[in-house]
Amino acid sequence: MKKSTETAGDAQIKDGKKRYAAGVLKYKQMGYWQPDYVVQDTDIVALFRITPQEGVDADEAAAAVAGESSTATWTVVWTDRLTACELYRAKAYRVDPVPNTGPGTTTPQQYFAYIAYDIDLFEPGSIANLTASIIGNVFGFKAVQALRLEDMRIPIAYLKTFQGPATGIVVERERLDKFGRPLLGATTKPKLGLSGRNYGRVVYEGLKGGLDFMKDDENINSQPFMHWRDRFLYCMEAVNRASAATGEVKGHYLNVTAGTMEDMYERAEFAKSLGSVIIMIDLVIGYTAIQSMAKWARKNDMILHLHRAGNSTYSRQKNHGMNFRVICKWMRMAGVDHIHAGTVVGKLEGDPLMIKGFYDTLRETHVPKSLEHGLFFDQPWASLLKVMPVASGGIHAGQMHQLLTYLGEDVVLQFGGGTIGHPQGIQAGATANRVALEAMVLARNEGRDIWNEGPEILRAAGKWCSPLQKALDTWGEVSFNYASTDTADFVPTATAT
Amino acid sequence: MMTNTGNRLTQGQFSFLPDLTDQQITTQVEYALKNNWAVGIEYTDDPHPRNTYWEMYGNPMFDLKDPAGILAEIKECRKTFPNHYIRVTAFDATRGWETPRMSYIVNRPPKEPGFGLARLESDSRSIRYRISSYATDKPEGERY
Repeated sequence: MKKSTETAGDAQIKDGKKRYAAGVLKYKQMGYWQPDYVVQDTDIVALFRITPQEGVDADEAAAAVAGESSTATWTVVWTDRLTACELYRAKAYRVDPVPNTGPGTTTPQQYFAYIAYDIDLFEPGSIANLTASIIGNVFGFKAVQALRLEDMRIPIAYLKTFQGPATGIVVERERLDKFGRPLLGATTKPKLGLSGRNYGRVVYEGLKGGLDFMKDDENINSQPFMHWRDRFLYCMEAVNRASAATGEVKGHYLNVTAGTMEDMYERAEFAKSLGSVIIMIDLVIGYTAIQSMAKWARKNDMILHLHRAGNSTYSRQKNHGMNFRVICKWMRMAGVDHIHAGTVVGKLEGDPLMIKGFYDTLRETHVPKSLEHGLFFDQPWASLLKVMPVASGGIHAGQMHQLLTYLGEDVVLQFGGGTIGHPQGIQAGATANRVALEAMVLARNEGRDIWNEGPEILRAAGKWCSPLQKALDTWGEVSFNYASTDTADFVPTATAT
Repeated sequence: MMTNTGNRLTQGQFSFLPDLTDQQITTQVEYALKNNWAVGIEYTDDPHPRNTYWEMYGNPMFDLKDPAGILAEIKECRKTFPNHYIRVTAFDATRGWETPRMSYIVNRPPKEPGFGLARLESDSRSIRYRISSYATDKPEGERY
């Protein structure tokens, strides 16, 4: 922490002459800590988890984060006085110790800091601009050991400057003519190495067997073993063949991720010209590229699938980075239609309560504050459409009752290995998943207790559907019981302070 | 004949299950009514995947809350159109939805000939696809 030249306490210095004398002040003295501040309806509010450096008190650390993510620099500058600087200064207004951190625990003391930002600090409709402040320089700032952006309250006024999802759950279902059940998908495997011709075979088999979607993986772009045009052509042959064989609308997420926007637009245009209903991008292309593709998708009646490649580099560890729920919010604003948001029961990180928070954030029109789900604010969504979450990674037909219970019906369930690895073949794998799904939805609607009766419901369906029986025999017992690293700080009965 | 699983059209929520019994159909109708969704009955002899507008067997039954009454309507429709596809659709008028929330087939023709796929080859290996039901080669009303 900076050494202050002032000795008269930490209070905000109101006297202009002293406040703007050249030199270094504490952030609290500069006015970034305002415990009496009344949050305005139009403010953007960020909640940070702060681990202060030793010797830095929590209020000062919070003020420092507010300062560095808004107007402050390391020293006093007189040019502040040319501006309405009181308005532009972010205000840290509340600091709470994080439960189960600090003395008596193995974790250094952490604090939740609430910081309010005036809406005019941000460019309308730009995730890039919003994030340049909120997760900009401040994350490398020396006054904190670690910093994590846990949640944000986005005001309606700011939400209304964003397009939101290109298609949304409602219109996606209407276009696909699929209602009342989760959608089914699978990622083509092996993810690397197949030729276009062989790749399309997997797509055709999966779709004809009963899946709604097949999917490119995140790192399938245009490599020596399969260039993108070849993949697109063979996949669309597979999609149309499967659609004719079943009488259903089918799709394949054609990944248009590329090195430049020009290349991505070219690939998206080609997908459109071939009649694809959906294209796909990766999170690693960046916020601006995502917003551009969302606008393109809205203009071209295309569903936009987002694979969250890269997010675990910053979302998984609890003390530093950002929580995935913030990515969910930004992506709903940026305008994607699908986003991978966890399975609870599969092979990838995911605590049930946290994942409920993500799913609610993506799908609900109003998301109330719920600390047990990691939601720190009421978040109205101002008619931004709903994003379809995608559950993918190590899930299989034997978990259908758990998936439907945890994730509900507005979700794409993706069984990659659980389809392609089926002992009787890909079509049989797809059929097993579809039968398990429909049997479980039917039973749920009948009022049965699927959480407890699920295995029995699946066994009963397996009696007349041998592919399902084989799937249950092969994977029925597989589960991934590892403790999650990103868990709730609050148990259901606790309160914030 | 269709060569997919079940040799049948797989639109709707429950096409991979054995045909629903009247009891099962009624239980699903009850589920819709419990959610305050209005149940509608629709039929067609053109099952093309993009044929959105099946004929309505009357308007959605906004004011009929009795599952047995709705089943009677479904049976009437079946009697009138025994060789058509008939589906039950549940409409949700809640803000944020305002769309069907369920859709399942409750009657289908005894023989489902399926769909042909025509390819129009174009430049750079691009192909335009056209899916058409073999049944719709005949005029309306004479298809199944």
